[in-house]
Amino acid sequence: MIAFQRGGLLIGKRRLKAVTYRTPGGDSDLLATRPHLNDTARCMPTSADVDAKNLARRYGRRWALADVSFSLAGGSVLMVAGPNGSGKSTLLRTLATAIRPDGGSARVGGFDVLREREDVRKLLALLSHSSYLYDSLTARQNLAVVADHLGRSRSGIDALLERVTLGGRADDTVATFSAGMRKRLSFARVLLQEPRVALLDEPYGQLDPEGFLLVEDVVRELKAGGTTVIIATHQLARAAIVADEAMLLEAGRVKWRGKASEVPC
Amino acid sequence: MAGKSVRGPVLIAALRKELLLQWRSRAQFMAVFVFGAAALLLFSFAVGPVAEMLRQFSAGFLWLGLLLSSTLTLAESFHAEMENRALEGLLLLPANPRALYYGKAIANWLQLILLGIALVPVMVVLYDAGTTHIGQLVLVIALGTAGLSAPGTLYAAMTAQVRSKQTLLPLLLFPLIVPALLASVKATSLTILGDPMNQSSAWIILLVAFDAIYWSLCGLLFSRVVEE
Repeated sequence: MIAFQRGGLLIGKRRLKAVTYRTPGGDSDLLATRPHLNDTARCMPTSADVDAKNLARRYGRRWALADVSFSLAGGSVLMVAGPNGSGKSTLLRTLATAIRPDGGSARVGGFDVLREREDVRKLLALLSHSSYLYDSLTARQNLAVVADHLGRSRSGIDALLERVTLGGRADDTVATFSAGMRKRLSFARVLLQEPRVALLDEPYGQLDPEGFLLVEDVVRELKAGGTTVIIATHQLARAAIVADEAMLLEAGRVKWRGKASEVPC
Repeated sequence: MAGKSVRGPVLIAALRKELLLQWRSRAQFMAVFVFGAAALLLFSFAVGPVAEMLRQFSAGFLWLGLLLSSTLTLAESFHAEMENRALEGLLLLPANPRALYYGKAIANWLQLILLGIALVPVMVVLYDAGTTHIGQLVLVIALGTAGLSAPGTLYAAMTAQVRSKQTLLPLLLFPLIVPALLASVKATSLTILGDPMNQSSAWIILLVAFDAIYWSLCGLLFSRVVEE
């Protein structure tokens, strides 16, 4: 018997392990069925890269995410908006496997965020509120740490630093950076990961107007490369420039979903 | 299971990162060394000016000084990881948690070996506890500090996000490492005072056994500690 397994094709008694995808509308299920193919999957945009069903997460007694369901097609950009405490960051952190959901399920690139965390993590990059940077290391060393852990070459680091306009500060320690510069370096970190799904939590925060343009360029660049992008932000007008779709959260629930150009104010 | 094992390049990347972070905060090593030396000095006051007693207790005092200093080193080793949630960033890459643990534990171990070797001359001066068996003394320090580093790194990760980590870490760590500490003190004492019955090899074997248990168990448990 011939069977696909994670990492390649195997001949043996193992059965084909398939993944179901849904369209953004959620009406026409099962657009595609494919085996778990790790590296291959990373290169192949699929019908739905992110699929959440009744996702819930609580902190103590308070439900930060009460019931969130949505699907997002591969290569598209979703803007997630909502007031403070509406669950935007919790949603992104749950999808990124930084925290575990307390209810419902979610799949990223076909992999379950609860049971296949390592596979999910290989596909995505999270731009978090925390910078994930080492203050005592330089900008170049911080990116080198990421490149080393990913098993990638360090050769592209200088170009990435230039890309986020930190080329002149490559050998300065992050402790000397302003909040905006840290954010730019975090963007370089995301780009270095070459993700299939990029989760950007408040990407415009702490950035100057020039930085806003950088975010837009980066998102367009990611989208052109087939990356699915989710942007959690309060900058609705800004994000609507690059986003295809929008979702408004309120008290951990989806209040509205539609085109980014039609976001109700 | 392949994904769960420690891959060489990731371990090397983790170790390289740890050594870089330690080099960047090298001034802290001096502070820890001074703390250890001060502890040895204070212990000598407790015994008094009796040369024979000082020499007899020197091994115990050396390890007490090392133990107290090690809690500072170990607790501080996770400070940089928690500052901007850098550890979470590495886990989401994804970096293998076990490789991250062994990278940090090895780096802490190397630092504790250096600290132990640096405290030996202080011990010799204060307690008149010299020895010609330098190689064996270094071996015992290396094995003993391995017994401190492995569980110490695990507990430092557990207590890193707790407000009273400086108190909690010794409370958790000290009871666990009693067997390794006892073996280290005995082996060091026999190295300094002489070993006519050739007992030190038994204590060294016991130390190796405890190190093997600590390093394997703590490596297995680390991912449960750092993952939510």
